[in-house]
Amino acid sequence: MMENLTKEKSLTSIIDTSSEFQFNGVKSTASDMKIRMETKNLTVMYGKSTGIKDVSIPIYDNKVTALIGPSGCGKTTFLRALNRMHDMTRIAKVTGEVLLDNKNIYDEDVNPVIIRRKIGMVFQKPTPFPTMSIYDNVVAGLKLVGIRKKSLLQDVCEKALTQAALFDEVKDRLNDSGVSLSGGQQQRLSIARALAVEPEVLLMDEPTSSLDPQATTRIEELIHTLKNDVTIIIITHNMQQAARVSDKTAFFYVGDLVEMGDTRNIFTKPKEKKTEEYLTGRFG
Amino acid sequence: MKTLRYRNIRDKVMESIIIISTVLVLLPLIIIIVHVVVHGISAINWEFFTEELGSPSRAIQGRPTGLVHTILGTVVVDFMALALAVPIGIGAGIMLSEYPDHVLNPTLRIMNDTLNGMPAILKGLFAFVLIVKPMGTFSGFAGAVALAFVMIPIIARTTESALMSIPWSLREAGLAIGLPRWRVVLSTVMPAAKTGLVTGILIGFARAAGEAAPLLFTSFGNNYLPNNWLGFIFEPVDTLPQRLYSLAISPYSEWHSMGWAAAIVLLLFVIVCFVGARLLTRKKFQTN
Repeated sequence: MMENLTKEKSLTSIIDTSSEFQFNGVKSTASDMKIRMETKNLTVMYGKSTGIKDVSIPIYDNKVTALIGPSGCGKTTFLRALNRMHDMTRIAKVTGEVLLDNKNIYDEDVNPVIIRRKIGMVFQKPTPFPTMSIYDNVVAGLKLVGIRKKSLLQDVCEKALTQAALFDEVKDRLNDSGVSLSGGQQQRLSIARALAVEPEVLLMDEPTSSLDPQATTRIEELIHTLKNDVTIIIITHNMQQAARVSDKTAFFYVGDLVEMGDTRNIFTKPKEKKTEEYLTGRFG
Repeated sequence: MKTLRYRNIRDKVMESIIIISTVLVLLPLIIIIVHVVVHGISAINWEFFTEELGSPSRAIQGRPTGLVHTILGTVVVDFMALALAVPIGIGAGIMLSEYPDHVLNPTLRIMNDTLNGMPAILKGLFAFVLIVKPMGTFSGFAGAVALAFVMIPIIARTTESALMSIPWSLREAGLAIGLPRWRVVLSTVMPAAKTGLVTGILIGFARAAGEAAPLLFTSFGNNYLPNNWLGFIFEPVDTLPQRLYSLAISPYSEWHSMGWAAAIVLLLFVIVCFVGARLLTRKKFQTN
């Protein structure tokens, strides 16, 4: 049934760009809607099974794009394709294009390491480096590529921890182990570490799923502040969260992009029946 | 009630089997240690650690004799072997664990397993052809190469499993902040696997330290101290397992008890290395 649905739609109807200017009213200008990243017919295969197929969406500069959909629908697969994380998985095969500033990141001449410095990632589970102090964790992305200047590293550390709303809690014990922190603090530490290398795009895979409501609020606030500098793509299972933090929402279902558009539109008057059913809790 | 009693009895029976098995494992070890100490302790005195062995007449006539050249030779040869084997073994282990899709990986795995299963004396023979023949003399270096062949496959396999035990998410976290793959392995995965890596090196070291066969026609043996330290590398060198063997097959009862004493020293040497390595690699942070 889903296949019929998607077959009938052309790309332009999936991506609801026409209504942006109406909804955002005076605030919106053309430059607000600059496309930073774009996927073209992005398909990821795991051996013979399909992770996602033919996903073509734009990611707008300095906006928060939320990816929603039931478990196993391909959100994480899609996200990991955006910074070439599938390179490490032997059986995963990526076809199609992922453009960053109109350059395909899967081109032969592109170094995935450079791409990952521009496109940072925060994972579902906090992943502090267990043998490093809090300070070393935050500056790992700089220190381990040869930046040794102490004053610079200290500034970066303080700035990143402040951005991640963790600085006040850890400023007196920066030399303690990263894993001595609580789960929520560890996740904010992971975010600080991602921010320290000053990425232009930040991919977040359910960053608050292991956090309590208070820590979740802090991270959502962080997303609001961050989007002035960074383009954010966030996976969430929490519909309220998607509605709260995102400007754009893309709904995935069994490997397909069902629809994408302004978050407000997706939540108030989705074009697709499937989207409406999911949002109203009829499945998923 | 009957079934409960039955289960209780069965529980007791299983428990006894486990205890008996444990005792059976430990018993030979305890018997060996006691036996070695009982027979060898009489030959251990100050001169044992300060004098060279010399000719059998020294021991028979009660003149000062000892194994200082053997103990020093063992330290030099074993650590030289370790220095050769650790970089190669760790490197191979990293290849096995971190680059599973590399073309050389399957070949390396088969060769490593073959090397591991190869009799130690063949490794000695190989080192003989490789080092002794071209050099024209038995040497400590040739012995170290032979022992390195014993250590390498063990270190490679234990390194592989130590690295594999580190969750994949840690590597991805490193990659996600734009670190190159080699840097991720070196600075995040390897420190996290440090305890496992050290254990692997120790297992390889202990195994090689006890080998006599590969040394018989590589470092060969020597009854005297060399003139200077370089002699431990470029001349025939005495080592504990090989000296133990020579003493044991000798016709002199004085040398037999020195052989037992050599066994005590070898045991202590391995124990000291184990404890030392453990102390050096204590965790910087206590994980909660």
